[in-house]
Amino acid sequence: MGRTLIIAEHDGLNLNAATGKTLTAALAIDQPVDIAVLAADADAVAQAAASLKGVETVFRVERPENEHPLAAMLAPQIADLAARYSHLLMPSTTYGKDVLPRVAALLEAPQVSDVMDVIDAHTFRRPIYAGNVLTTVKAPTDCPVVATIRPASFAEAEAGGNATIEAWQSDQTLPTHTRFEQLHSAQSDRPDLQSAKRVVSGGRGVGSAENFDVIFRIAERLDAAVGASRAAVDAGYVSNELQVGQTGKIVAPSLYLCFGISGAIQHLTGIKDANLIVAVNKDPEAPIFEVADIGLVGDLFEVIPELEAALSQ
Amino acid sequence: MKILVPIKRAIDYNIKPRVNRNGDGVVTEGVKMSINPFDRIALEEAIQLRERGEAEEVIAVSIGVASTEQQLRNALAMGADRAILLTTEQAVQPPLAARALLAIRAELDADLVLMGKQAIDDDANQTGQMLAGLWDRPQATFTSRLEVESGWLHATREVDAGLETIAVELPAVVTADLRLNEPRLIKMPDIMKAKRKPLDERPLEALNLSMPAQLEVLSYETPPARQGGHRVESVSELVDELKQRGVI
Ligand SMILES: Cc1cc2nc3c(=O)[nH]c(=O)nc-3n(C[C@H](O)[C@H](O)[C@H](O)COP(=O)(O)OP(=O)(O)OC[C@H]3O[C@@H](n4cnc5c(N)ncnc54)[C@H](O)[C@@H]3O)c2cc1C
Ligand SMILES: Nc1ncnc2c1ncn2[C@@H]1O[C@H](COP(=O)(O)O)[C@@H](O)[C@H]1O
Repeated sequence: MGRTLIIAEHDGLNLNAATGKTLTAALAIDQPVDIAVLAADADAVAQAAASLKGVETVFRVERPENEHPLAAMLAPQIADLAARYSHLLMPSTTYGKDVLPRVAALLEAPQVSDVMDVIDAHTFRRPIYAGNVLTTVKAPTDCPVVATIRPASFAEAEAGGNATIEAWQSDQTLPTHTRFEQLHSAQSDRPDLQSAKRVVSGGRGVGSAENFDVIFRIAERLDAAVGASRAAVDAGYVSNELQVGQTGKIVAPSLYLCFGISGAIQHLTGIKDANLIVAVNKDPEAPIFEVADIGLVGDLFEVIPELEAALSQ
Repeated sequence: MKILVPIKRAIDYNIKPRVNRNGDGVVTEGVKMSINPFDRIALEEAIQLRERGEAEEVIAVSIGVASTEQQLRNALAMGADRAILLTTEQAVQPPLAARALLAIRAELDADLVLMGKQAIDDDANQTGQMLAGLWDRPQATFTSRLEVESGWLHATREVDAGLETIAVELPAVVTADLRLNEPRLIKMPDIMKAKRKPLDERPLEALNLSMPAQLEVLSYETPPARQGGHRVESVSELVDELKQRGVI
């Protein structure tokens, strides 16, 4: 029988929700699942991983080089640890996308990117062409199955697990050709875009960074995360981590409310999993209305104040 | 510094692809093909590095069908010095592309492989990372800013948490994200000039690569379309409906 290893995503302290969703996909394969936490100090994250239901063992893989998520450092250790497994999974976040193909190369295995459906232990469905086409692929059975999991396609993991926590060390010499310099995150008190229940987004129609305040205001009112189109990010209204779409984040909220976004296919790729899409655009012909569940033709600068007033009643 | 820029031929990003009648592929007949957008960005960056005096030569390489010559001619017109086309009729998955690039990189002794972060047809986002892994050299993926400093690169990467900067020692693999630059447009005279630039075409088989394990593609299908809903006429109507649906 096979066995699945998941590499946890975290920021040193907190386990990322995408890891839990990867676990949900792993449990659909119906074989034992372990999680590895690579970090300088894996204690807190390992505890969190061990409390997820369905995990047997959590490995703490601790080395000073694991403080920052550098693929060149992590990949050789993961490839070592994965030798005992039939399946190796990571979420298809920028972390998983960066690290896992490098591991696959070391394991001489192909990779299935962005799994949205587990059909059986070797067969998976995934989106291609910005989600305009779905394809079903079968991974070879004579090498490990290596796959990234599309978090938006899977439910969060359940709590109530009680996995064993073990230390594991690889004694490999790690390269010196790659160094972490810095991480710049725009500070925000809004919820995380990828796991938010509500998302309010703005596009080029918002017009400027100052004007984007109205988007933040309405998001606050609704306790929503803030998103943006590529055009809004390119124009410098907001920072890159807010971009939604093919090359940004995939969101799956129960409400996606967008203002001044035209609805290009690359943007729609990122919002297809939303339960309810509401679009406000002044152009009645904007393509966003072809996919929106509720559309309102109007000027966002008139609509938002009215909406705020209505919501505070 | 010698820069290798892999170029993939893909359906133009403005075109909505359609699954063919047998469900075993996507319609490409009569469909506009272009350079994968991320590869144009990678090529632009390589050309700018040469223009700044950081690089001597920019070589475009593609693995694909014979008509990929069109995209390589465009790469030459943009400013690549020469191009190599490794012809094959088979679909090229990332493990094979990475192995072919590894071999060509070694043959040319290139110091930097500057490529797209993802091909917009297969959306795999794998080839650069696989190449770096096989080569045992650094990778800077999703790069939106690149600086060269005495044998090292400082790459700013677009990651979920924000902007991460790493330093990697050359030789290395860099994959380009959208905001790295804005690729230049090709002008008529450049197209004429490109006709005289060297384009070396040879069969992929000539590299004698052993075939890596691949995915078997079972089927293609069109996803269920998201049905548009309806319009509301006013904010109060909107709020009423959102309340009724229990989302606010
Ligand atoms: C390879 C590739 C990848 C890409 N990836 C992404 C991606 O990940 N995410 C993404 O979003 N895009 C992506 N794009 C870009 C995408 O093609 C579009 O260019 C982009 O989504 C457009 O953003 P927008 O809708 O904000 O701007 P526009 O298309 O300019 O639309 C602005 C809209 O605002 C409306 N408007 C203007 N003023 C007002 C007002 N006062 N009130 C109400 N409405 C108003 C206009 O009617 C218009 O519909 C990608 C493109 C490529 C080539
Ligand atoms: N057949 C190919 N020929 C040349 N370059 C390729 C090929 N396939 C992939 N690449 C390069 O690898 C990048 C990532 O592709 P992918 O891993 O398929 O998403 C592309 O942007 C190209 O730069």
